[in-house]
Amino acid sequence: MSRAATSEKFDDNARRALADPALQGALAFVEANFPARRRAVVDALPEFDALRDSARDIKAHTLAHLDLYLEAWEARVKEQGGHVHYAPTAADANRIVLDICRAENARTVTKGKSMVGEEIGINEHLEQHGIVPVETDLGEYIIQIRDELPSHIIMPAVHLNRQQIAADFRRVHTDLPKDRDLDTAMALLSEARTTLRKKFLAADVGITGANFLIAETGSSVIVTNEGNGDLTCTLPRVHIVLASIEKLVPTMEDMAQLLRVLARSATAQEMSVYTTITTGPRRGEDQDGPDQYHVVIVDNGRSAMLAGEFRDMLRCIRCGACMNHCPVYHAVGGHAYGFVYPGPMGAVLTPSLLGVDRAGRLPNASTFCGRCEEVCPVRIPLPRLMRFWRDREFSRQLSSPVSRAGLAAWGFFARRPWLYGAVTGIGVRALAWVGRARGKFGWLPLAGGFTATRDIAAPQGPTFQAQWRRRAGTQGVAEHARTVPSGNPHGRGSEPQLTEPAASDPESRP
Amino acid sequence: MAVSKRVGLLVTCLVDLIRPSVGFAAVGLLEHAGCTVEVPPQTCCGQPAFNSGDRATARKLAEQVISAFEPFDYVVVPSGSCAGQVRVHYPELFQGDPNWQPRADAVAAKTYELTQFLVDVLGVSGVEARVPGAATYHDSCSSLRELGVRLQPRKLLATVESLSVTELADSDVCCGFGGTFCVKYPEISDRMVGKKAAAVTATGAGLLLSADLGCLLNIAGKLLRDGAAVQVRHIAEVLAGDLDAPPIGMPAAAPAPTPTAEAKR
Ligand code: SF4
Repeated sequence: MSRAATSEKFDDNARRALADPALQGALAFVEANFPARRRAVVDALPEFDALRDSARDIKAHTLAHLDLYLEAWEARVKEQGGHVHYAPTAADANRIVLDICRAENARTVTKGKSMVGEEIGINEHLEQHGIVPVETDLGEYIIQIRDELPSHIIMPAVHLNRQQIAADFRRVHTDLPKDRDLDTAMALLSEARTTLRKKFLAADVGITGANFLIAETGSSVIVTNEGNGDLTCTLPRVHIVLASIEKLVPTMEDMAQLLRVLARSATAQEMSVYTTITTGPRRGEDQDGPDQYHVVIVDNGRSAMLAGEFRDMLRCIRCGACMNHCPVYHAVGGHAYGFVYPGPMGAVLTPSLLGVDRAGRLPNASTFCGRCEEVCPVRIPLPRLMRFWRDREFSRQLSSPVSRAGLAAWGFFARRPWLYGAVTGIGVRALAWVGRARGKFGWLPLAGGFTATRDIAAPQGPTFQAQWRRRAGTQGVAEHARTVPSGNPHGRGSEPQLTEPAASDPESRP
Repeated sequence: MAVSKRVGLLVTCLVDLIRPSVGFAAVGLLEHAGCTVEVPPQTCCGQPAFNSGDRATARKLAEQVISAFEPFDYVVVPSGSCAGQVRVHYPELFQGDPNWQPRADAVAAKTYELTQFLVDVLGVSGVEARVPGAATYHDSCSSLRELGVRLQPRKLLATVESLSVTELADSDVCCGFGGTFCVKYPEISDRMVGKKAAAVTATGAGLLLSADLGCLLNIAGKLLRDGAAVQVRHIAEVLAGDLDAPPIGMPAAAPAPTPTAEAKR
């Protein structure tokens, strides 16, 4: 595998994913379990929808006053001896992190799970400069040793089964006995734990992400289930937090409110196992903690989103519910999206990071079924935002010429009701005649992809509007107000020259 | 009987072109409930253009629909998807337009999906149809999530004599039609409809119903190709007790076709 972005190849990626039985098994697990588990935990909390409103409002309010909250937060961090760095781009963020590591002569860096870290490619950057980054979240560790992108924002290795992971451990952990038992999840976990324990103690720098930054206290907050994040931010001499600008919330209370929807939406837990609040470096009286505390605030295109029609996307708290409920994600998995953010939230976010010319296929790969928006804890209108990308694609003429031509031809007729009626009338009657013996088609021009696996029902005969006007006793389209004709002409061959008289269906007749 | 209501039927392009029997069944139901039904000349609500990023065409078509349907007390649509386009997306499309926004809002506010209109507006509590057999019901995503229609079709179906209705597993999951999606991403769409078809056959029901012809054509297409013994119809036909037309994708001439034998290629 590789970590290079392949969003422009979504179609090929998807096709490969559909034909991958191991992946399909993993996705079936997501589909069968996560929506149902979330449902159960949400049903147990009657005020959940009110909490979602409140979560949405907290994030929207913060975004509307982001400059003020960032300033307040920065002042608190500095008061407590921490350092704040602003990184307009991914490259800036990588450079800042590298500079901090170099100043400490760091050789190894442990990492808590960070999606922004994935986004900017911090691991590759450190490796290129001779520093060894070690992922300590189990899922992240697995994809790191496989050199893959995460396939899910909260379960990075959800695309893999136990056997695949065991094989990877055998490939990488060559110092361990070859005949060891790796058949259970527990065995895999304890092997990873033992391996990682040594790295925690050896690391010079720990890098974590942040689920929240709290303006009132200048704190950063991580939410985990493995405890690896705590070891990453307390054991090394230096703690670096990577956080994008939209992680800010005004107060502790706001964070607590958001926590109530976060874990329920993400993993169907009431609370995640660890919620770790870090405020500045180690103080004189502290038993442990880092000597230095740095926060790198990553913009990477977000200010532009804040000012435009994609602002709502910045409310995202990275819970993953949208992908857990997405039927397209269930079909093709996260890697098909070709970047670190998959599923509906990735379909909105990735084009703003890679450009719509590279990632335009993602917002098109949706039926707009709306299940993502229905579960999003901060009520992001994901389908609408995907549609905004389609608008841009269309206006920049990036969508496929065939679909544009088809749309243009259809639009031409649809804007001319009389012509439309005449042309479609002839068309459907011809199709009805051709399809009359079987009632369906196994193939139609321009619908080859559809008819490869599905039939298409043949039209019944003349259009509804043609029949309606005929039964109303006039052919004129302008005069449309008529009393209701009784009965349904269908099956009785109202167009004898084109459709065969239909026999009634005795089984289904009342 | 309710006071007579003047209803404009937005028949939808799919019903107009492919299955007019749905339109006539809808007319029958509305008329029976005391409405005067009219069908102004119409083409399409513009959703394909809207969802393809072609806002200019979407607006032109929306203007056409708004002008044609403004005179009516209500606009009724035998499709959750097209009703959702008018009710939810027209106001969005004309947002901030001093001339069109008020008109779009006004038409949107009086537009209803068929079963929603019958139950919520007309207060219809039952139908007089008799359709022996076992059915299952597919919620279209737009009906369910854009319009909040879930109980209305079930309530009406429960009053169809001799018909039992079994719930479909994962009834809130999309069938994979998605308008142009099923042509743009046929393999993904096929995987989705495959799951839906399997859920349908797992109910053991011999009849699949829905209020959206798009979903129905998609699911019927899959069931037919797989040779499943399930007939597929629009809910309006069953509620109107109007089963003269053969089920979706079945030939007119064959007397009492057995779906299994019929669908084999
Ligand atoms: S878009 Fe909403 S559902 Fe998806 S990850 Fe973000 S917060 Fe969660």
